[in-house]
Amino acid sequence: MSSTPEARTTDTSSSSHGLDVAAITVSLGGRPVLDSLSLTVAPDEAVALLGPSGVGKSTLLRVIAGLVTPDAGVVTWDGIDLADIPAHRRSIGLVFQDAVLFPHRDVAGNVGYGLDVIGVPEAERRSEIERLLDLVDLGGLGERAVDTLSGGQAQRVALARALGARPRLLLLDEPFGALDRDLRERLGAEVRDLLRALGVPAVHVTHDAAEAALVADRVLELVPSERGARLEG
Amino acid sequence: MQPPAARWFAWLPVVFVGVFFALPLTTVLSRGFSARGVDLLTSAATWRILGFTTLQAVLSTVLTVAVGLPAAYAVQRLDFRGRRLVLALLTVPFVLPTVVVGASFRALLPESWDGTLAAILVAHVFFNLAVVVRVVGGFWAHLDNRYEQAARTLGAGPITVWRTVTWPLLRPAVLAAAALVFLFTFTSFGVVLVLGGPTTTTLEVEIYRRTVQLFDLPGAAMLCVLQMAAVVVVLIVATRLQRRLTVRQRLSRSGVALRPVRSTTDRVLLGITLVETVLVALPLLALARASVRVGDGWGLDWWRALAVDGPTTRDVAAWASVRVSVSYAVATVLIAVVVGGSAACAIAYARRGADALDSALTLPLGTSAVTVGFGLLITFAVPPFDLRSSWIIVPIGHALVAIPLVVRTVLPVLRSMDPRLREVAATLGASVGHTWRTVDLPVLSRAMGVGAGFAAAVSLGEFGATSFLARADAPTLPVQIGRLLARPGEVNSGQAAALSVVLVVVTALAVVITERLRAPGSASL
Repeated sequence: MSSTPEARTTDTSSSSHGLDVAAITVSLGGRPVLDSLSLTVAPDEAVALLGPSGVGKSTLLRVIAGLVTPDAGVVTWDGIDLADIPAHRRSIGLVFQDAVLFPHRDVAGNVGYGLDVIGVPEAERRSEIERLLDLVDLGGLGERAVDTLSGGQAQRVALARALGARPRLLLLDEPFGALDRDLRERLGAEVRDLLRALGVPAVHVTHDAAEAALVADRVLELVPSERGARLEG
Repeated sequence: MQPPAARWFAWLPVVFVGVFFALPLTTVLSRGFSARGVDLLTSAATWRILGFTTLQAVLSTVLTVAVGLPAAYAVQRLDFRGRRLVLALLTVPFVLPTVVVGASFRALLPESWDGTLAAILVAHVFFNLAVVVRVVGGFWAHLDNRYEQAARTLGAGPITVWRTVTWPLLRPAVLAAAALVFLFTFTSFGVVLVLGGPTTTTLEVEIYRRTVQLFDLPGAAMLCVLQMAAVVVVLIVATRLQRRLTVRQRLSRSGVALRPVRSTTDRVLLGITLVETVLVALPLLALARASVRVGDGWGLDWWRALAVDGPTTRDVAAWASVRVSVSYAVATVLIAVVVGGSAACAIAYARRGADALDSALTLPLGTSAVTVGFGLLITFAVPPFDLRSSWIIVPIGHALVAIPLVVRTVLPVLRSMDPRLREVAATLGASVGHTWRTVDLPVLSRAMGVGAGFAAAVSLGEFGATSFLARADAPTLPVQIGRLLARPGEVNSGQAAALSVVLVVVTALAVVITERLRAPGSASL
C-alpha cells in the first residue's frame, strides 16, 4: 500500500486512467458557475484547485462526486462515463469544509458508516474503525460524541470516515479552511503523506496558495469569468 | 428605569383563570371522585369507550403521519410551480371549525359510512394533515442536506440514506407532530359527534351524552378526570421520548435550497402530494355542492330555509345564529385582549414567577374544550354564581381557549422592545403610568390586533365548550350546524351545509384580516 513520492509516476497525458473531466458546464439558479471546464487526475496524483471563495470550486467537486448534474460535459473514470452512476456507486469520497459529521452517531459510528453500508461483520468492523482512527491519530476516541471534538479533530474524523468507504478518489473541499494557519499546514502535510501512503488520488480545493503547493503534486487555478469559472494551470 | 410593576397587570388574569378555569376544574375533580362517579370505573362500557378513543387516536395519528410526510418533504424540499399554493391549500383544513369538517365529510361520504371508524379516520387525517406538513416540513426545510450528501458519497443508496441519516435526524420533529395529532384526535369532539355512531364514540362525546341526555353529571365528571389523566400520561411519555431522541445538530438557518424534481422518487412523492392536495379540496367542494343540491336538481331552497323560523319558539331561524356568533366573537375578543394583554405584560415585566403565570395561562389550551365547557356548566349552574342562563358564560369559555393565543402573540413583541425607550420617556419627565401608555401600549396595539383576530377565529369555530354552554334559544353557528346535522332529512342536512359555508366564509374573513394585520416576519401559529 505504501509508495514513496519518488516512485510515483505522473502521467497526465493519458486520459483513459483515473479521472477525466471534460468540458463541464454548470449554472445554478440561472447563474453560470463553471464554463466548459476540463481536468484530469491520474490514479496516483494529488491535484490542488486554487481559487477565491465562491468561484465554483465546490460545485466542481460536487459534479465529480455525482451530487450535482452538469448542464453539459462528461466525467469519466478509467474511460467509463459516470453520468448514469449515482453518487453512492461512484466510490468517490468527499470531505466537506466543516466536516459534516453525523450528529446522531459517535466518532466510531461516523468512521464506521461506510463499513455499515457494505455490511462488514461486527468484529472486523471494530478493528477496521480502530485502524482508521489510528491512521488519523485519534486512536481510542471512538466513543466520543462528535460535538465534543475540536475543529481539527472533527476534520480528522471526517477524513477517516471518507477513507473507511475505500474511495478510488478523494475530494477535499477546503478541509482545513476553518482552522488556524499552524494547524492547517500541519494537517495538510499529514493528509498529503497519508494519501500518498495509501495510494489514493485526491482533488484538494483551497483558496490558500501555500496550502495548495504543500498538499498537491500539481496546482491548477480556477479563474472567475462572466460565463463561469475557467481553469488555468 | 424599571417597567411598571408586574402585579398591576397580574391580578386580572390570575383572578380570571382562577375563577373560570381552576375552580371549575376542582369541581370536576370532586364530582368525578364522588361515589357515583367512581362506580363508572368498574363499568365495562367505560373501558370500551376509552379503548375505542385510544384506538382511533392511534390509527388517526399513524395515518396522518404517513400521509403527511411525503407532502412535508415535497412542499419544503422540492422546487415546483405552485409550491406555495399547495402548502396553503394543505393548511386550510386545520383552520376550519371541527363541525364544518364533520359536515363536509357527511356531504362527501356515502351514507353507508355513517358511524364508521373509517369515516372518523379520514376526517381526522384531513383535519390534522396540516400539523404534520407544518411541524415536520418546517424542520425539514432547515435540515442540513449535506448530511445526506455525505452519506451518499460514503456509498449509501437512497433507502439507506433515509434509514440511517434522514429519519434519525427528522424523528424528533415527527414525534412532536405525532404527539400533537394524538392529543387533537384523542380529544376530538365535533368530528366524532357528527360522524361517529353508537359503537364509535369517544370519551369526549360520551361526556356530552352523559351530561345532556342522561344528566349523569358525576359520571361525566369521572370521564373528564379519566381523559385528563390519559392526556397527562401521553404528554409525559412524549416529552421523555423526545428528550431521548433529540439530536443536537446544526440547522441551516436560512433553509436549504429547494432542488429541482429529477429523480423518480421525487417525482412519485410530488405526485402523491398533488393528489393529496386535490383530495383535501374534495370535502369542501362536496359541502358547497350539498348546499345547492335539492332532490335531483339544483336550487337555493336550503339557503332560503335558513331565514325561516321553526315550528316552536325555541326553533328560531338558523340564520339568527350568525348574529349570535358574531356578538359572542366580539365579546370574546374584548375579554381575551384585555385579560391576555394584561397577562403578557405581567409575564414580560415580572422579575420572578413569570414562567408559573405563563404555564397557568396555557393550561386551558391543554385541557379539552369539552372539559372546559363541562366544568363551567357544573360550577356556574348553581346560585350564587348562576351564570348559566346568562349569555356571558359562552364568551368566557371561548376566551379561556383564546387567551393563551393572545399571550403568545403579544409576549414576543413586548420582550423585543428596547428598554431604553422607557428610559428616554422617563428622562423627559413621564411617570411610570404615562410611560406605559405612551411607549409600551402603542407597540402592543398591533400585536393585540393580531391576537384579537385569533380570538375571533377561535370563538366563531368553537364547538366543544359551546355545546355545553350555549342557551337553547341562542345557538352559535357551530351549535346550530350540529343541531341540523343531528336531525334526519334533506331539509336539515341541506341547511347544515349552507350554514357551514357561511361559517367558513366568516372564519376566513377573520383569518384574512388577521394575516393582514400581522407584521411581516413575525411568528406564525
